[in-house]
Amino acid sequence: MPLTKSVLEGNRLSISRLLTQVENDLPEGRTALAELFPHTGKAHLIGVTGAPGTGKSSLVNQLTLYYRKQHASRKKVAIIAVDPSSPFTGGAVLGDRVRMRDLSGDDGVFIRSMASRGSVGGLAQMTASFTQVFDAAGFDIIIIETVGAGQSEVDIARLAHTTIVVEAPGMGDDIQAIKAGILEVADVLVVNKADRPGVENTIRALRTSLELAHPTKRAFRHHGQTMSIDAPEIDVTIWIPPINKTISTDGTGIQELADSIAKHVAHLRQSGDWALRDRARLGSELEAVLQEELLNRFFENIQKEKYNEVLEKVLHRNLSPYEAVNVLLNGRSKQEQA
Amino acid sequence: MTDKKIRVLVAKPGLDGHDRGAKVVARALRDAGMEVIYTGLRQTPEMIAEAALQEDVDVVGLSILSGAHMALAPRILELLKANGQADIKVFIGGIVPDEDMPRLKEMGITGIYGPGASTEDIVKDIREAIK
Repeated sequence: MPLTKSVLEGNRLSISRLLTQVENDLPEGRTALAELFPHTGKAHLIGVTGAPGTGKSSLVNQLTLYYRKQHASRKKVAIIAVDPSSPFTGGAVLGDRVRMRDLSGDDGVFIRSMASRGSVGGLAQMTASFTQVFDAAGFDIIIIETVGAGQSEVDIARLAHTTIVVEAPGMGDDIQAIKAGILEVADVLVVNKADRPGVENTIRALRTSLELAHPTKRAFRHHGQTMSIDAPEIDVTIWIPPINKTISTDGTGIQELADSIAKHVAHLRQSGDWALRDRARLGSELEAVLQEELLNRFFENIQKEKYNEVLEKVLHRNLSPYEAVNVLLNGRSKQEQA
Repeated sequence: MTDKKIRVLVAKPGLDGHDRGAKVVARALRDAGMEVIYTGLRQTPEMIAEAALQEDVDVVGLSILSGAHMALAPRILELLKANGQADIKVFIGGIVPDEDMPRLKEMGITGIYGPGASTEDIVKDIREAIK
């Protein structure tokens, strides 16, 4: 209880210690999370994802500087930076802080690095719980930087209110831009390193991809004639992701990016999507916890010999994994039932 | 329930720009299954203590080649203590003259490693120190 109280008061050592307890799924951590939960739901969760080397950490650095220095309300910002764990040793080198040195010495910023510890969706299992700790501790904005993501690490979209997908010039052609996955979850697109050659091509590919998803009225020249295509009646509640150009080494375009994020928040509030996202987010968290608990309960109740016996049968190709699950859950296979 | 991972902050205070040693150690600790938070070059003692606080590490590893260890080490120990983290074990790697070692140990530095130290020893000593 005293730990919960000092976290609510914003004590930094208490926040840090609680995060460790939560990350290791200790009983004290669970108790504190339960006590803090009624105090959550106020923060704006911003996800930042994209391929390795697109400049996510530098962008987070600049965006946070902007919120602390330029923004009138001087919002308090927490940053959760996730980097991958080794699948072999479980160790990790967490290096996102290297790009965030401008933020040191500011009590309104809290940076916590997190190893993914075997999760594959670009976040760690406990990332959602971390956001709840920061939320309860009074941080207005929580920025979650994912593992350098490939094409399908899209868990962030289920966690964040606003998902920023960061691209850099020269990372792929327009076929990459129409594939399913990471681009679909973007609320705001950023083409970072905009001082590099090829930036216009990248923006064009992204814009084309967005137009395929959201047809708009446009005019173009085709065989020497000007033709135009009328847009279908567009539902005003549709959000079309803006494309922002940034150079995160010097801060170019950061203010415009912050404006895009603010517009997205306004849109979420007006359209009612904010509540929908909260519902989906907490729903998927509930489901994940339920899954884990059910699995734990199953293993508590089954005799190890029985389990190994079934596994042996699978090894000898006497049972398929599906039949084996049937035996484990219902006591017999389909064939025996028939 | 996952078992507790050892978290280590590897930091390079002071003004020299040679971070190869720090990277080698960071990599070795990673391969030993630890979670290493790497902060990069030219960190002030204040930045290191702040990072240690936010990351709730068990161990801080300092890479110092500049000869400024007798100024930097006590300052960092003092800041950790002021933050309520006197229990963090602090190690130094780099160039430390023999005559300075006893004084550093006395201040509260847990281990000191010069050129040629084996990474296995460092891993072993860290595991031993935080038991």
